[in-house]
Parts: sequence; C-alpha cells; structure tokens
Amino acid sequence: MPKTRVQNSMSAIDLLLGGDPALYAIVRLSLIVSLAATALAAIVALPFGAMLGLTRFPGRAGVIVVLNACMGLPPVVVGLAIYLLLSRSGPLGFLGILFTPQAMILAQALLVFPIIAALTRQTVEDVWSEYRDELMALRVAPFRRVATLLWDARFSLITALLAGFGRAAAEVGTVIIVGGNIDGFTRVMTTAIALETSKGDLPLALGLGLVLIGLIIMINALAWGVRRFGEARAG
Amino acid sequence: MFTRRACIVAFLFAALLFGAPAMAQDNAGNKSIVVASTTSTQDSGLFGYILPIFKAKTGIDVKVIAQGTGQALDTGRRGDADVVFVHAKPAEEQFIAEGAGVRRYPVMYNDFVLIGPKSDPAGIAGTKDIVAALEAIQAKGAPFVSRGDRSGTHQAELALWKAGGIDIAEEKGPWYRDIGQGMGAALNTASAMNAYVLSDRGTWISFKNRGDLTIAVEGDNRLFNQYGVILVNPQKHPHVKQALGQAFIDWLISPDGQKTIANYKIDGQQLFFPNATVPGA
Repeated sequence: MPKTRVQNSMSAIDLLLGGDPALYAIVRLSLIVSLAATALAAIVALPFGAMLGLTRFPGRAGVIVVLNACMGLPPVVVGLAIYLLLSRSGPLGFLGILFTPQAMILAQALLVFPIIAALTRQTVEDVWSEYRDELMALRVAPFRRVATLLWDARFSLITALLAGFGRAAAEVGTVIIVGGNIDGFTRVMTTAIALETSKGDLPLALGLGLVLIGLIIMINALAWGVRRFGEARAG
Repeated sequence: MFTRRACIVAFLFAALLFGAPAMAQDNAGNKSIVVASTTSTQDSGLFGYILPIFKAKTGIDVKVIAQGTGQALDTGRRGDADVVFVHAKPAEEQFIAEGAGVRRYPVMYNDFVLIGPKSDPAGIAGTKDIVAALEAIQAKGAPFVSRGDRSGTHQAELALWKAGGIDIAEEKGPWYRDIGQGMGAALNTASAMNAYVLSDRGTWISFKNRGDLTIAVEGDNRLFNQYGVILVNPQKHPHVKQALGQAFIDWLISPDGQKTIANYKIDGQQLFFPNATVPGA
C-alpha cells in the first residue's frame, strides 16, 4: 500500500515529464495568471511605494500601517469582494469577465499590490537615507527622485516582486471564487490540487503540489540568476 | 522618465479595461456557455465524459462551475451562469417560481447511500430503512458528518432527519459534525473520523480515499436523487445565452443525450439513470 501511494505521487511528475497536455495547460495558466497579476500590481505598487517612502504628509503613518496590514489580506475576502464587483448583478457586471482568467488576474493583483508597495516603501526609504544629501544638493525634482531611487534599488526590489509572485502563485482562495475552477479554462495548479483532494485522490494532489513547489523554486532561481547577472554588469 | 512611466501605466490600464470585454466577446464567438452545477456531477466524472461528446456534435463549449446546489442556484439568480444543473427539486421549483429560471426539465437520477465505518458503531449495516438508521445513529451518538452547505445532498439529509421526527438543529450533539464543505471533503472527513455520512452514489463510487468506509444503508426509496436542468431567465438577465443554453438542455433530454448519460460507467457500474421522459420526475 505505501508503495502505490508513492507511485501515485510520482504520477503527477510522470504526467509533467510525459507532456500531458491538460497538466501543461494548467501549469501554463498558473504562470500566466500569477505573473500577469504580479506585473499589473507592480506597475502601480512600485511608484506608489516609492512615493510613500519619499514624501512626508499628515496621516502618512496611518497609510503605512494600513498598507502593511493589507499584506495579510485574507484571499477569500478579496475573492468575495471581486466576485460581488464582477458579478452580472454587481457594478462591473457589464464587463462579463467573472469566471475568466482576467478576473483571476485582477483579484490576485489586488492581493499582491500591498505586498509589493509595502516592501518597496521600506526599501526605498532605506536607500533614500543613504542618498538624501546628494539628491537634495542636486535639487532633483520629487518625481525624478522616485525614478532614480527605484532604479537604484532595482536589485533589492526583485525580492519584493518575488514575495508578491509567491503569494499569487500559492493562493487558492481568490482564484477558486472568481475563476470557478473551470476545467480547461480557469483551472490552475492550486485549484486543481483542491479538486483532487476533494475527490479523495490525495497522492495525485500531493504530486501536483510538488510540481507547484518546483515551479516556484524555478522562478526564484531564475530571479536570483537575473539579479546576480545584473549586479555583476552594474559593477 | 516618470512621465514615460505614467504613459505606460495609463496604457496598460486602458488595455485591461478595454481588452477584457473584447476578450470576453472572443469567448462568446467560440460558442460557450457557463453551467452552474453540483460537485457530484463533476467529481463523479460525468461531465468529463459527456461534455466532449456534446462539443463534438454542436461545437458548444460548456464551462462548468461545480458548487453545491444552493450556491449553484444563487449563481444563476445573480445571472452569472446560463444554465443550472442541480439536484434538489423543491429548491428548483422555488427558483422557477421566483422567475429566476424559465422551466425545469428532469434529466436523470441516481441515489444517495449512507456511508459508514466497517466497525458500524450504530449497528445499522445492511439495513434498508434509512430513517430508522438515522434514528439509531442519533440514539447511539455515533459520529455523523453533515455537508452543512445547502447542497442538494445536505437538503436531502435534512429532509430525512425530519422524516424521522428528529429536529436536527435542536437535537444535534457533538456527534453531529457540520463541516460546510463539498461532497469530497465530507467523505475525506468521514474517512478520517470513521463517521457516517450521506453521499450521492456517483461521488462515492469514484471516491478514492475510502479508508475504512463502506456502504451501510442503500436501496430505500427515500434515497432517490433526482437531477434537473434549468435555463436562467433571459428576461431577467439579457446577456444569458438563450439559444446555446437551450441547445444544451435539449441535447441532455434528447434520446441521444440520455443514452450518453446511461453509457457513463465506472468499473462497469452505471452512475446515473436517465429519466427525462418520466412524467413528474
């Protein structure tokens, strides 16, 4: 009995190596959704976090506390909120994107935004304290400062992006609600694992889990390589 | 540099906002419908078997959201599905009465089975009277897992307690474990706790993590489980794909669709029995 369990866990890896098209489609969609969500969040979160790190205004402490707290947003709540928003009976129902990958990207982007913004804020603030005198003396305009500091901290910010991606790739709560786990259309790794668990095929679910963890390790290794390569070139 | 970034941001937002409906329209061009259904039809593998056959005949892609019956009907009420395919006749009739659906068509049936541990602490294994069996479980305080999620199976379970004169909301004790999850999760829980649980036969046959569980009670007429299909009312939700949804329904109840349902078997066992032509089903 224990032997067959191990064999079944390996079967997910066999499917992957054997080029099972259904599994490949699931892996591809997982990567597309989580990478797109991270990119979409980063476009707004990087400048937002940097601005927050550089400017001083009344209530700033409050904004930072809320932003940091939002790093722990429960995915199932975000999923429910996006569901109600995108439902045909909701305010954005006319878009007709509930139960599509676009809805999943939107929901995950919302989940990832606070993580990237909060980590960017911290990183930029730390770099700012190093460069403060220099940039002040050169009378660099505030917007220009944001760009300069983001560029300067780009290698450290990779970690913020990876944290965001990790959150997106690992969560199941939002995508199962707004995506609906439709076979061949919105099924991703995490929802496939939840489905196999509910069918009682625990070894296959575990095998899929191992594949997912492997993918996340690969993405992180890739980012590490990019960072090392970039740092070496930047000197 | 910042302004260039601002332009890119604006562009990407515009792309998302305008691109999303365009992509959604593409999906419409592909002839697809969304069907809100129950976990039993998906987890038992029925959809995996019949939908490719339907698609080959009509070119229509059926996207299935597997939920409990209560949630599936709510998805239909909100207009987020074109068709609902569920198993709780009173709730379906309510759905029609509200005007949320056009008309209910009976499609097929299978039956519920009471699953329990081989050790059989309530001493009911092999009996035929489901209500007496539930009374024994309650009297002995044997562990029982309830779906607790307004699904068709949960509603059937509540009706059976009621039939035995047991007000389960009042009389449940620590032996009654309401988990609020799908059929598979309930079976996993029952397997881990060696508890009794009511399941549809299809999900049970295809379930793999049985542990010490086996069928305790089956064959009572009150364990009958009827499935029905309903088109979401296009007058309430104009975006409902009426023609495609009706085409799916028409095929399910056609001789061809009914035969396809009957042909679905696991280990030679037929899981669902078509009965679209039985009056009053």
